[in-house]
Amino acid sequence: MFKIVQRKEMAGGTIVLNEIEAPLIAKKAKPGQFVILKANEAGERIPLTMADTNPEKGTLTIIYMVVGKSTALFKSLKVGESYQDVIGPLGKPTHLEKVGTVVCVGGGTGIAVLHPITRGLKEIGNNVISIIGARSKDILILEDEMKAASHKLHVCTDDGSYGHHGFVTEVLKQVLEKEDVKLAVAIGPVPMMKFVSKLTKDFNVPTMVSLNPIMVDGTGMCGGCRVSVGGETKFACVDGPEFDGHKVDFDELMRRLQAYCEDEKKCYNDYCTLQQA
Amino acid sequence: MAEKTETKKTTPRQAMPEQKPEIRRRNFQEVPTGYTLEQAMAEAGRCLQCKKPGCVEGCPVGVDIPGFINLITKGDMTGSIRNLWSKNSLPAVCGRVCPQEIQCEGYCIVGKKGDAVAIGNLERFVADYERMHGTGELPPRDKPTGKKIAVVGSGPSGLTVAGDLVRKGHEVTVLEAFHKPGGVLVYGIPEFRLPKEIVFSEVAFLEKLGAKVECNQVVGRTVSLDELFEEGYDAVYLGVGAGLPKFMNIPGENLIGILSANEYLTRANLMKAYLFPKVDTPIPLGKNVVVLGAGNVAMDSARTAMRLGADSVRIVYRRSRDEMPARKAEIHHADEEGIEFFLLTAPTRFIGDEKGRLTGMECLKMELGEPDASGRRRPIPIKGSEFMMDCDLVIVAVGAGANPLLTQTTPDLTLNKWGYINADPETGKTTKKGVWAGGDIVTGSATVILAMGAGRKAADSIHNYLTWGW
Repeated sequence: MFKIVQRKEMAGGTIVLNEIEAPLIAKKAKPGQFVILKANEAGERIPLTMADTNPEKGTLTIIYMVVGKSTALFKSLKVGESYQDVIGPLGKPTHLEKVGTVVCVGGGTGIAVLHPITRGLKEIGNNVISIIGARSKDILILEDEMKAASHKLHVCTDDGSYGHHGFVTEVLKQVLEKEDVKLAVAIGPVPMMKFVSKLTKDFNVPTMVSLNPIMVDGTGMCGGCRVSVGGETKFACVDGPEFDGHKVDFDELMRRLQAYCEDEKKCYNDYCTLQQA
Repeated sequence: MAEKTETKKTTPRQAMPEQKPEIRRRNFQEVPTGYTLEQAMAEAGRCLQCKKPGCVEGCPVGVDIPGFINLITKGDMTGSIRNLWSKNSLPAVCGRVCPQEIQCEGYCIVGKKGDAVAIGNLERFVADYERMHGTGELPPRDKPTGKKIAVVGSGPSGLTVAGDLVRKGHEVTVLEAFHKPGGVLVYGIPEFRLPKEIVFSEVAFLEKLGAKVECNQVVGRTVSLDELFEEGYDAVYLGVGAGLPKFMNIPGENLIGILSANEYLTRANLMKAYLFPKVDTPIPLGKNVVVLGAGNVAMDSARTAMRLGADSVRIVYRRSRDEMPARKAEIHHADEEGIEFFLLTAPTRFIGDEKGRLTGMECLKMELGEPDASGRRRPIPIKGSEFMMDCDLVIVAVGAGANPLLTQTTPDLTLNKWGYINADPETGKTTKKGVWAGGDIVTGSATVILAMGAGRKAADSIHNYLTWGW
């Protein structure tokens, strides 16, 4: 159960792809949904939105950046080894509707989550314009896949090593000015989603974001993943993970994501030290 | 004979050996350490073997209490555990967590003139004895019926249904959403009240009997209720629990350092975060902790925070001591461990620093007015009584509602206005054919034993259905 059947390292090993055997989840999962994974007995339960699923093969794919102990532990799993627990599909699937022209904006590993949604929006007949960005060329992922899933793709890098030199919001502004955009989808680092939403609000374009708060159970029983949306408290694991970007309190989310930063740093440092020994 | 009875009535109850408060308040080992064989036999000897046992009336699953106790006096522990198993599939759990004082022991005749017979301690003794010294011989199982039942949730209710039906010869599969079985027995009740090794041992026993237990199955997501029937199950039991944390909905509640009791306890108990960093899941280590609420969950949260090294742990409750819903035994243990009680007090808002971390809680003093809908006296704020409480961790333990994950995806399951499942109180039948429900998802948050009682009734009804029809 939950065996890794394929493994790829990207962006100099900082981003990892795992294709995992999970037939029940693969059969049921829809774009936008996530799974909770646990590597071993002492491991944390962490949520990762699925990058892809293959119901015939019975597998799901996750793409994650190594940012701490749990993701580092996941990276250490080889092909043929298994995750101890994978739970899903969790969260509400993306609502896919034919509206006309849509803009899909992805940053960093958010592009992995954006890709199946972009593909879904194109398949039902929308005119899809995508904008993807990363700090530099070597950590930009899924460019070819996003190109295939869109009618037009724009690429940005913060350092100008590839594509437009600058943030995705700069390209987005130009697109919003030129096109009659009916819907925007933004998935990436929280500041990116915050600023994309701010921009689309000025253009009155409805915007969907996918949030990534800290989670424990993923089934709505603990409230650890609570986020403020339009002044109301929602649980990202059952009410989300997608929400109206114009209503999300991104600043509160950014603060809450720091809740365990000291413990996380210590844990990761200890793990890295152990690996080097 | 009368003289012997009189002696029994005035012989004091065997005291349960316990870890001393000053030691146990900083460790996660069990507080009561269990009777010795001598103590068990002495205590069992106090039972009058009443012809009309009130204790049995008081037991939600109808354990043959005089029966199992009599076997202890004869030194027949194997006979005693078998007697227990005929009515109670989780005696090691019940002996530890049941509110015996309002159930069996509350009805005990010996208790009218002296101390009630320590029925709970004896039940625990027999179950632990079997686990440690027993033959491991399994109770009998009826011939296979070829009928399949899916039990959703591996908490006390689901485990009881599984145990009863597997013994009647049915094929039972328990589907659990978490990665470990046991439900609230594992994520809710702390290690120092109910060691998890005991829960897993009880589950392993059920598996030996023939029940299948599958974890990481979220019914309502991984598989829907209707799909279970498509897969060939003949009946489904829903024991998914209450599982929706209630918050105060006051300003500042999303500051870092405010957790629902469900989150706090799940980190501590299921994820074993009290062992961090030996395990990867962290838990906030508050120095000045406040727990909102005064039920058993609040006591569990407060005592856990104390064990995690808090300088002060305060229970803040809007009513008075008499209205506190927690078991007296748990309040007493909390008291001994240095937990303070701020009664007739309610929070109005939380204060935090510029990083969004909790630094304090503003409170109002209350006084009690006329009874409200729950029958308890209504707390009325005292104007102008605001005061600040410094704190860096608040655990919100003010109750749990019905988690809608499964019910949302099953529209033909009728719910009441609170979102709990409508089920016949005598049979557990829901409005959906072939589906039963019991425990907290029907009644709202209650106890382990009541969930088991509901499971018992539902198992009987399911068996009748599979034998005779709906």
